[in-house]
Amino acid sequence: MNTGIQLAYLVASVLFILGIKYLGKTKDARKGNFVSAVGMLIAIVATLVTLDILTLLEIGVCILIGSAIGLYYAYKVPMTKIPEMVALFNGFGGLASFAVALSDYYLKSETNLASLDAVNLTSIILSLLIGGVTFTGSMVAYLKLDGKVSGQPITFKGQHLLNLLLLLAFVAASVLVFLDPTQITYIVILIVISLLLGILTVIPIGGADMPVVISLLNSYSGMAACATGFILNNNVLIVAGSLVGASGIILTQIMCKAMNRSLVNVLLGGFGQTVATGGADGPAVVVKEIGVEETAMLFDSASSVIVVPGYGMAVAQAQHVIRELMEQCEKRNINFRFAIHPVAGRMPGHMNVLLAEANISYDKLIEMDDINEDFSNTDLVFVVGANDVVNPAARTNPESPIYGMPILNADKARTVIVSKRSMGKGYAGVENELFGYPNCLMLFGDAKQTITKVVGELKEMA
Amino acid sequence: MDASELIVLIYVLVLASYLGFELIFKVPPTLHTPLMSGSNAISGITIVGALIACNELGYSTLSKWLGMIALVLATINVVGGYAVTDRMLKMFKKK
Repeated sequence: MNTGIQLAYLVASVLFILGIKYLGKTKDARKGNFVSAVGMLIAIVATLVTLDILTLLEIGVCILIGSAIGLYYAYKVPMTKIPEMVALFNGFGGLASFAVALSDYYLKSETNLASLDAVNLTSIILSLLIGGVTFTGSMVAYLKLDGKVSGQPITFKGQHLLNLLLLLAFVAASVLVFLDPTQITYIVILIVISLLLGILTVIPIGGADMPVVISLLNSYSGMAACATGFILNNNVLIVAGSLVGASGIILTQIMCKAMNRSLVNVLLGGFGQTVATGGADGPAVVVKEIGVEETAMLFDSASSVIVVPGYGMAVAQAQHVIRELMEQCEKRNINFRFAIHPVAGRMPGHMNVLLAEANISYDKLIEMDDINEDFSNTDLVFVVGANDVVNPAARTNPESPIYGMPILNADKARTVIVSKRSMGKGYAGVENELFGYPNCLMLFGDAKQTITKVVGELKEMA
Repeated sequence: MDASELIVLIYVLVLASYLGFELIFKVPPTLHTPLMSGSNAISGITIVGALIACNELGYSTLSKWLGMIALVLATINVVGGYAVTDRMLKMFKKK
């Protein structure tokens, strides 16, 4: 490869790194994304020019089709569906690496068998495995998030044994590929196993564990690009791939820590299933209900309010009416903030995006560690569609499956109002102790509708 | 590929991963969703590999068709990923 393209790839790599650096500050973030996109454009144009393939019609057509689909989806998708979109695109990235690896294998096996050396074969095998798992795993995650497949863990007897056997079969088939690289059958076996493994490793994982799964699959898509870089002896693929790989691993770690669970525990799946039956035997929690008018009065008389949003807020699309609630409170000089738990929602940072969409300033969104001290001198905490992240059992009850998980100390506030569709359990299948606390009041009904009414009451009071 | 070439690639891998860890730890949790969709777009760098694979002449080869499939998918990943990230970041405002 000539020097020109190598230099272009170097510039692209630096721009990717700069782009991520700019993401470190919220005000520079948009610039960072732009810088990274310029890096990508440079890498693409340099490749097209060097290979002298600008004139190939089919390349133009493929790029046009891909761009049209990508842009259409990117501008059409509602913010509540971002996790689905990320899962879907992630799968496409994995499949692209997978297809490149396969294409390279065919080309070499037909034209230049000698170039299929040990390094090359290893990279191709890894790229097929990681790319395949990323693809089918992301598709299952997408279907679960989108509700096309139940978000409940799907488990069966001998599941882990089956996965282990498949992995062993994969290793065996890999050895056979090494012994005879021209045998397409072995490659087909590798493909089938890697696609199966992606499905089997994601189906036992429940909906609320999706933040971990998406982060991990994100990391895999980077690693797949990395492996493809080793196949093609291409530095820019390796740099970009390892940046993404690192990003996914860090997010995975943060998510696991915020749930006080190990990655292995999440990946083995089935969380909450055994617990659900145990939880039902416990004493029923007696709750106190509150109506819309009284809720409005409590807001009116408060001097400080903290809102704890959860996935239920996204489902009810309640973020916009919450902004109206905030405006009513701010008219009354009430200190109004949001407490964001790291695993609230279906992907890291999910709540922040929804609230940003509702035009809420990001300095109102406070991370768990920074706001947890403040709950005890707060008049009113309003929990919208969150459950396990405010369950005091995580602190008090060693028997609870969520014991040890860091939670928002909502229970320490003077009054807590919980907006909830009905009396259901959190995904962990445990009763929320908070609901039975003397300072806790339940506001039943669809979050969007009830909060709209509360805002209406507040407007009348003003 | 000989050993010296491989060593260079491993160098790049290790250093870039290290740099990635250092930089991504500094991204505030508020931006974790855009970080994810943005890094998703970056993982579309496979597009370069797809272009190389498309370079194969003659539609009769499976190589070329796989390259073209990869090209469409990677383009969706790159273009869609950057566009949706920009759309999100535009909304993050401080008043």
